[in-house]
Amino acid sequence: MIETAFFLLFAVLAAGGAIMMIASRNPVASLLYLVLAFFALSGIFVLLDAHFLAAVQVIVYAGAIMVLFMFVIMLLNLGHREDIDMRSHLTRLVALVVGSGLFALIAALVLRGEQSSLAGDESGVVVEAILRSRGAVGAIAEPLFTSYLVPFELTSLLLLVAIVGAIVLARRRAP
Amino acid sequence: MNLDIENAALILSAFLFAVGTAGVLVRRNAIIVFMCVELMLNAVNLTLVVFSRSLGLEAQVLVFFVMAVAAAEAAVGLAIIIAIFRHYEGVDVDRFNLLRW
Repeated sequence: MIETAFFLLFAVLAAGGAIMMIASRNPVASLLYLVLAFFALSGIFVLLDAHFLAAVQVIVYAGAIMVLFMFVIMLLNLGHREDIDMRSHLTRLVALVVGSGLFALIAALVLRGEQSSLAGDESGVVVEAILRSRGAVGAIAEPLFTSYLVPFELTSLLLLVAIVGAIVLARRRAP
Repeated sequence: MNLDIENAALILSAFLFAVGTAGVLVRRNAIIVFMCVELMLNAVNLTLVVFSRSLGLEAQVLVFFVMAVAAAEAAVGLAIIIAIFRHYEGVDVDRFNLLRW
């Protein structure tokens, strides 16, 4: 029961944060609503037994990436734009139709899948057993450093290339 | 009970993805469009976490990789936005026509 209550709280926070992000006029307020949505999502991760990912969500997304966004907004001095950057009413209507259509489509798929029970009856039991025997970090680390070692190393290469690329792209050209 | 939360989380993730899509369509500020893309990535992460409960923890490893790639993408994308801002004196996506012939 208390899980359901917390889930409802976090779901309302995440959905409200997302809507306020695209409705808010000020980019800084927009970004802070997105941070709120990311915090709420990390709470939902905890409810779904993904404790390590909840921590990484707060550290990497709400911490590092959002600070990067804030830094760029401040650097480009966009924090006090008063003019609206929304598109015209027609495009807004199209966006509303596309968004609600997409939501209805996926929600219909989820509700139909509930009847055919793709998820299986033992849902959650397997993961809980692994979590109890290895702990939240070990359960992720074991596949990450055995079966997925090569993709893991390639990710480090990708991050290196991204660092170099970001420096090259954002550097001021010599006059 | 648990199944209820899982289905509700899937519907929440569908909602977040739809809001992200609508945001990409409706805003013209390039940074906010970019933030909407991050929101869509997070919606997909939520779906993967839900399915990891029944299909195995490899899905959570995939979420880990998605987060790493999103960090790299954010760094490069924001650098591109800075470079474009210097060129056009603004971040309005309607004014970018670098690839238009």
